[in-house]
Amino acid sequence: MTGQVSRRQLLGTLGGLGAGALAAGFVPIAFAEAEAADTGPKRQWAMVIDMRKCDGCKACTVACQETHHLPTNFEWIKVFEVHDKQGGAYFMPRPCFQCETAPCLRVCPVAATFKTDEGVVLVDQDRCIGCRMCMAACPYGARYFNYADPPVVSNPFQKPTPEFPVPQQKGTVGKCMFCVHRSVNGELPACVEGCPMKALWIGDLVEDVATNGDETVRLSTFITENDAFRYKEELGTGPRVYYIAGHGQLLDF
Amino acid sequence: MDHRSHDLYVARAMWSIGRGDAKFWISVAVLSSLVAAGFYAYVYQVQRGLWVTGLNQKVSWGFYIINCVFFIGISYGGAMTSAILRLTNAKWRAPLTRIAEATAVAALLVGAIYPIIDLGRPDRFLYVVQYAQVGSPVVWDLVAISTYMLASLVFLYLPLIPDLATTRDSMRPSLLRRIYGVLALGWIGTVGQERTLQRGIAIMAVLIIPLAISVHSVLAWLFAVTARGGWHSTIFAPLFVLAAMLSGVAAVIIVVAVFRKVYSLQQFITAKHFRYLSYLLIALGMGYVYFMVSEYLTEGYLLDASTTPVLEAIFIGTYAPAFWSFSVLGLLLPLVLAALPGRFLIGRACIASGLVIAGMWLKRFLIVVPGMAEPVMPWDWGRYAPTWVEVTITIGTAAAIPLILILFFRFFPVMSVHEMEEVEGTPEPRGVVLVPSYGSGGDE
Repeated sequence: MTGQVSRRQLLGTLGGLGAGALAAGFVPIAFAEAEAADTGPKRQWAMVIDMRKCDGCKACTVACQETHHLPTNFEWIKVFEVHDKQGGAYFMPRPCFQCETAPCLRVCPVAATFKTDEGVVLVDQDRCIGCRMCMAACPYGARYFNYADPPVVSNPFQKPTPEFPVPQQKGTVGKCMFCVHRSVNGELPACVEGCPMKALWIGDLVEDVATNGDETVRLSTFITENDAFRYKEELGTGPRVYYIAGHGQLLDF
Repeated sequence: MDHRSHDLYVARAMWSIGRGDAKFWISVAVLSSLVAAGFYAYVYQVQRGLWVTGLNQKVSWGFYIINCVFFIGISYGGAMTSAILRLTNAKWRAPLTRIAEATAVAALLVGAIYPIIDLGRPDRFLYVVQYAQVGSPVVWDLVAISTYMLASLVFLYLPLIPDLATTRDSMRPSLLRRIYGVLALGWIGTVGQERTLQRGIAIMAVLIIPLAISVHSVLAWLFAVTARGGWHSTIFAPLFVLAAMLSGVAAVIIVVAVFRKVYSLQQFITAKHFRYLSYLLIALGMGYVYFMVSEYLTEGYLLDASTTPVLEAIFIGTYAPAFWSFSVLGLLLPLVLAALPGRFLIGRACIASGLVIAGMWLKRFLIVVPGMAEPVMPWDWGRYAPTWVEVTITIGTAAAIPLILILFFRFFPVMSVHEMEEVEGTPEPRGVVLVPSYGSGGDE
């Protein structure tokens, strides 16, 4: 039957077109993926807290609360005043430790808590059911439950995301997430920027650098030379926050 | 059992059906208003948020989680008592199994809603099914509790089928009669039906034990998988299982005593039954003492940095009054009361059971709250005091258990007629005297 396109031909042609279109579409994507694979993970966030410089002013807590529009009892970074047995005292700021094997993540029944490929543990407050199992599981008390409505946010068009969950949702859990909404823009986390003593450092394990806003150091050297430790490391949680022991001795008045 | 006691047994068992005297309506009214108050408190909480409770950033689990463990524990005892008595073929079980199984279901219905009451976003409850994470103890709980609930409903229903048929046959044609007919699944008591039923009951009696153990084990793992001092303990699952059985048997004793009195079942539920149940209570109580000593000794001997503050708070600190009242009044005293020989056996069994139940609630409090309030970051103790919302919801749900039971036994025989006939045999035609009567007095 000449002049007529057979069913098979038509399908074949369409298939070819489709394949061509798909190939055309896929080539750049495949390319992009290859490029991304070459560079590996972009960042692996970590923090160093230099307790030799902390004077317990809680400016970090305030900066965090302003950024995230939190009420004053929400201390996503909380400054503990520790009294040791010798009668001395020092200050210990505690953000979320972004554990590598996070207990909070494992116990979540609905996978509302997840880990980004940059090593930050986030909470999807659209998913969270508010069972507070993660709060029971966190060995550091870093999680905060929104028992009441959060304060009103000035920007009414702000849509909460796991990276920047503002405003917080009542009935769900929130916590520090190293201000990943700021680091994508090349800014420092609010607490690091807000620390007047420059005691907080944000770092990247991949590029092995850390900065407190004034200085930039090689992260691994900085940690080793100052005998930094990780809090309750023996639990196997793999915290991403390093402490340099001290009691404010490096503060100059 | 002779004709007279047989007929009396049936009459007593069926007495409550469709009956509504003043006592019935007053108890229903009082209990319903308590339940309504609890419901109001829950609506109040849903409208406003969990800040109306005493929960806070440090102590984020409180009364609701305690009650969940407590009520499911009560349920467990009912199911286990009945299952064990069936499997060991204890002849004296016939008048007790129905009450035990119904208590199990009623307490479970109440306990199972507590995880939902506790949720910050109860509207998202089904996410647990939709996005279930197999690694989460909360998901284990959901699976275990719902399986166990299905099983305990079947376990209540199967032995009820012949009694439903008896009820059906005792009624004049009506809509209600037709409903009983549907529920009785066409039971006429043929040999084949009987065999199938007995097989079904036996399977359920075997199944319900591992299921009930699994429920309380996963409830324990909710705590034991965390790194908190006082929680991270390998003995937690068996400890929870034993606690559940202990409080459950105590609850069965009280429920049986109340229905015995109100429904005049004294002739059939005798002192002997309470003595046997007391034995069960004593055995479980001593087992619990042993487990608890093992728990605190291993933790306290080492005095690990995370457990020390919790144990201090429990033994000599903030929670010491609760702990010592539980240990002395809620555990040792009831064991002595139940074990002593002598008079007032039933009264003593009931007092002992009441103390055990209160004690087991306190023990759950001593597990949940100090573990939560302990300083996970050193130097920071939490506080917890429940508000009227939590207290009202607790009272309301507790009242729901007797309410469910009273309503249930208004429609279904309070003692299993079929099981009695199975154990005792159906009476021979009139005039023939049978072997020693079962219900004529017991041994006191």
